[in-house]
Amino acid sequence: MSAWARASGWSAGLAAVLVAVVVVSAAIGPVRIPPAEVVKAVLNAVSVPAGVETTSAAVGTLRLPGVGPLTLPGVDLTYASPFAYSVDDVHAQIVVGVRLPRILMAALVGFALAAAGTVMQGFFRNPMADPSIIGVSSGAAVGAVAFIVFPAALSATVTLPLIGAVDVGLSYSAGVSLFAFVGALAAAFGVYAIATRHGRTPVATLLLAGVAVQTFLGAVISYLQLQAGESLRRIVAWLMGHLSGASWGEVAATAVVVPPLFLLLLVYARDLNVLLLGEEEARGLGIAVERTKRVLLGASALITAAGVAFAGVIGFVGLIVPHMLRLVVGPDHRVLLPTAALAGGSFLVAADTVARAGSTELPVGIVTAAVGAPFFVYLLSNREVHEL
Amino acid sequence: MSLDTTADEGGDDLGGESAVESTAAGDGADGPLVEVSDLAVSFGDVPVVSDVDLRVDRGEFVGLVGPNGAGKTTVLRAIKGTLAPDAGAVRLDGDRAADLSAREAGRRVASIPQETGLAFDFRVRHVVEMGRTPHLGRFDGHGADDERAVREAMAAAGVARFADRSITEVSGGERQRVLLARALAQETPTLLLDEPTASLDANHAVRTLELVRDLVDDGRGALAAIHDLDMAARYCDRIVVLANGGVRAAGPPAAVLTADALRTAFDAEAFVGRNPATGTPAVTAFGAVDAGEERAGERRVDTRRLHVVGTGREAARVVARLAAAGHELSLGVVPEGDAAARTARDADAAVVAAPAFEPVDPEVREAAVALAREADAAVAVGDVADAERRDADHRAAVLAAADRVVEVAPDAGDDALLEAVADGDADRTRDA
Repeated sequence: MSAWARASGWSAGLAAVLVAVVVVSAAIGPVRIPPAEVVKAVLNAVSVPAGVETTSAAVGTLRLPGVGPLTLPGVDLTYASPFAYSVDDVHAQIVVGVRLPRILMAALVGFALAAAGTVMQGFFRNPMADPSIIGVSSGAAVGAVAFIVFPAALSATVTLPLIGAVDVGLSYSAGVSLFAFVGALAAAFGVYAIATRHGRTPVATLLLAGVAVQTFLGAVISYLQLQAGESLRRIVAWLMGHLSGASWGEVAATAVVVPPLFLLLLVYARDLNVLLLGEEEARGLGIAVERTKRVLLGASALITAAGVAFAGVIGFVGLIVPHMLRLVVGPDHRVLLPTAALAGGSFLVAADTVARAGSTELPVGIVTAAVGAPFFVYLLSNREVHEL
Repeated sequence: MSLDTTADEGGDDLGGESAVESTAAGDGADGPLVEVSDLAVSFGDVPVVSDVDLRVDRGEFVGLVGPNGAGKTTVLRAIKGTLAPDAGAVRLDGDRAADLSAREAGRRVASIPQETGLAFDFRVRHVVEMGRTPHLGRFDGHGADDERAVREAMAAAGVARFADRSITEVSGGERQRVLLARALAQETPTLLLDEPTASLDANHAVRTLELVRDLVDDGRGALAAIHDLDMAARYCDRIVVLANGGVRAAGPPAAVLTADALRTAFDAEAFVGRNPATGTPAVTAFGAVDAGEERAGERRVDTRRLHVVGTGREAARVVARLAAAGHELSLGVVPEGDAAARTARDADAAVVAAPAFEPVDPEVREAAVALAREADAAVAVGDVADAERRDADHRAAVLAAADRVVEVAPDAGDDALLEAVADGDADRTRDA
């Protein structure tokens, strides 16, 4: 069976698993809703463009971080709902308005982190690598923490240079996300720039530059925490990773960024396979090594930044999910990348469901680490990781 | 090969001339597959190789030999393009390697590395399939052509049997063959091999080189760094000796693999005989005997002329060792077809031989006596005083003619042998 056929088969299966996990997750909570009703509520909420009129959209307005509510001026599309099941109004509101954005955000973030982790492990030819290895998570944390500590000062910096005339209603959460995103990219670019000499970026140097930058940014975060005062609780919550309070606007913003980057990575899956042989051999096999590395690094940094910008630092998803899937589907990235991404989505949705199911809500980062660390020990004591 | 010599050859060789023209035209159909000129590479401030000229033609198997650290791998890497040279140019099939895209270079040259660093457990078949990468577009799947190339490559390299096992589970030798299969699947006109037989058993080493030989006979070109000189002599059309940062010798194996050339290149004493099974040069290396003899980085070569008296394998060994040490030798009288006679002829020594099982002709004996008289010393292998020997008479006559006789026990070690020969030197100077 060809690699793409295997990839399609596995992906279809794991996509079905993801849908099932989403439905079950939406059913679980303080108010228990039967899964069948969840499905009906979701289908009721689906709306398709039916015509052009001057009415506003049915399912909320698009809210990009830092841009505010985006209503299209003048003509507007009308939407019609093809489904009309009878569902309890309160239940529908809980599923579609409260739980679903959070669940979809978890799915997107898990998807992004697992995809980036898969690429990083292949890129560094090291099964211990994860998306934070090039400093993305630390950079995001510095950006987010800085905004949490100095919200007013940093809001002004965005308003002035970026979008002068337009009134930018930079909300608090959008500001955190925006600064996390920018911080993540800045850190990744810094690591890349440090490790690059004469147009070549040796992987080992990149790894060490990543460690150095992470250490430095860790110091910055600690310092900011000392200066935090009353906002310290928020900083700790962000650093532990959380998915609560996700809105449809934030889901939409993440959904715009993640899938295209994932497709780009998927296009390079075969090159990533060859790159596993070592850079010299990859070159000998016709891979433009440095360009391919730049594309992979850039896309991974972006997709990780999109993942952590809203949710904060969620560890272990990008490390253990690619591992598990490699054990199941093998190391071929054409199969591994889509399956790991889908499984990452399911994993984080499940972990977040556990996090919010108890009487007190836990940050999801605690759940992933609590599940991930024992699994990692299991891997260490078994066949997967014997040498680096 | 420098530009001058190419031009010279073009003058008296039509083939050479047309090769130069087609290269200039950028067509390259008949030109050399690999042409390296004035190549210089250094790591930081340390020069590794300089002024390296090298070419590989279609249907030619070139062996790159030299001591460890001579820069064999460096030259191969420069040809592959994974290492930027400080000076000089590499041309692949007529075009400058630096101007080719990685994809285009991957269609012209396939290389087999010494080791591969695969940390993830790909199946063997998949690793071989990666050889098709330079032939595939970004969105292409494997076509019938690719399937065929992979199947043929796996069959030729003998890896089809374990095609579905993980690359991390096969042995080092099998791994090496997987890399060979991958290079074959690449279907390039040129093959670069870096120590292709290093981790192979005798059977697979020979099979690998036979396979490369067959591919070369079908019109491809191959350049291999080989440390086994006998193998290089057996399979290569030409041998390039790389030592001390440059090309020290180049040419057909028999012309290049000589005791003198090996002493210069490897800093080791070696005897070059003939492999009785293949007739190709067979190299036996001896270590540097006495480090004390090295002065200012140059080994003193003992070129004194010696006449060896003795027969059989014992005498053959003495002849080989003394030839490796640099002595000019003669031998006799020995029966025709004696082991010592064959060895001495391989070492270009003067040999006085007489038909076996017949009385030795007086003229023949005189020839041996004359050689012994001219020599600085005679070396007697075995017991001189043994009157029971059939050849005791003429042995005594030949030895009597020598200025000095060194007796060597048949089982004497290399050191004892060379010491015995050298000690006489001191005696003689005292006598004089």
